[in-house]
Amino acid sequence: MANEAVPLNYIPILLFMAIVVAFAVISLLIGSIARPSHPYPAKLTPYESGSPLFSDARVPFPMRYYIIAMLFVIFDIEFVFLFPWAVGFKQLGLLGLLEMGLFIGILLVGYWYAWKKGALEWE
Amino acid sequence: MFEVGVKIAVSLTQISIVMGVVLLTVMFLTLAERKVIGWMQDRMGPMEVGPYGILQPIADGLKLFFKEDIIPSGANKYLFTLAPIIALVAALVGFAVIPFGPNMRVDVFGVQVQPFVISDINIGILYILAFTSIGAYGIILGGWASNSKYSLLGGLRAAAQLISYELNVGLAIVGVLLLAGSLSLVKITEDQCCWIWNWFWLAVPRGGGVPIPQILAFVVFVISAVAETNRLPFDLPEAESELVAGFFTEYSGMRFAFFFLAEYANMILVSCIAAALFLGGWNAPAPFLQFHGSLEHLAWLSGIMWFAVKVYFFLFLFFWIRATLPRLRYDQLMRFGWKVMLPIALGNIVVTAIAAYFFPR
Repeated sequence: MANEAVPLNYIPILLFMAIVVAFAVISLLIGSIARPSHPYPAKLTPYESGSPLFSDARVPFPMRYYIIAMLFVIFDIEFVFLFPWAVGFKQLGLLGLLEMGLFIGILLVGYWYAWKKGALEWE
Repeated sequence: MFEVGVKIAVSLTQISIVMGVVLLTVMFLTLAERKVIGWMQDRMGPMEVGPYGILQPIADGLKLFFKEDIIPSGANKYLFTLAPIIALVAALVGFAVIPFGPNMRVDVFGVQVQPFVISDINIGILYILAFTSIGAYGIILGGWASNSKYSLLGGLRAAAQLISYELNVGLAIVGVLLLAGSLSLVKITEDQCCWIWNWFWLAVPRGGGVPIPQILAFVVFVISAVAETNRLPFDLPEAESELVAGFFTEYSGMRFAFFFLAEYANMILVSCIAAALFLGGWNAPAPFLQFHGSLEHLAWLSGIMWFAVKVYFFLFLFFWIRATLPRLRYDQLMRFGWKVMLPIALGNIVVTAIAAYFFPR
């Protein structure tokens, strides 16, 4: 393509998505005609290794997952910044190198703190 | 208008071929996995359906198609249906930017098209990462919507694992981006012409000079990719001895098939990315190992062949690892991701950046 920024390049991607969604929906619909359906209460209970259900499945879960998710957001934003920096690295020169060194350095302090606090441990 | 019409027609053809090849590969990957692991364990694998069991995937597919589809009581019906579709779409659309063969232009009714990539967008690899992240939603939603404790726990584990290892995948890629200076997979692959040491795992510059090997990033990428696709030894989200089947415990029939398809399509996708980023994509290991001279016009064929060889090597590696290693414990998995892989990936970026500054390519 003469101009890489032309949105025309995204049309095949939209087409692709539309075709995959259509494939999924159509095969589910055709399947619903072809397959049997004989539900009864015992069949529809959630699986719990054969024992009768004794509580709802919407159970509280450990805070650990939340901490991991927060750490993820921080580092995810880091690599969102790193991507354009890496692509433009040649044009940025020494300033780009030093600035990113500073940026990663600040993050490393936070990473070291999280490590020492035990946020990365999983007991 | 005519130009757009031709382009859409070409795209539709490419999409059908890519989807066909991917779905066919998934089908026979399920058989190949059982066969390879069978042989590694001194068994025969499936033998009943067809000669040497080669029709097994078709039998499996038919069974799943005609199986009763159960939505457990208390499940959120819409999310329960939506989740496998999200997982499948996210796994398949990534193939839109993979260059399967040499970057050339072909004239179709006076319109220039690129035959071996569906769309050469300039943010290729970012687009794939974005969609793999969306795939995690499919898994989490599926686990939560099932209203089953096993599913919920499996979904949570999957969420934590996927986001942890996604970081490492992203950070491992940055090293390659520093060398290539582009996010387009087409351009990254072209940069790795012509010899095996020009590929980014060793990254010797084409005109000679100081190599900046990305072999550490390559190792981090492959290990994290195994974790990203929930494969052994990182298949904690679906650890059968603890969680029955993890996030898809309650799924049956076609919806289950979608999750299954998505997992295997993801395997193929990460193999394609690993081949394109680190092992030169469709580039032959040496110029004389592709069609040249009087067969120059068939060079694209050898390009596709080399790409396939690399992708199937990674797929075989997936099976090999599964047959070799036992499953990790969850705390080991998280510690390994955050305390081993992440520092290596970050260190690789720093070293690569400094090296690339002093020895520009």
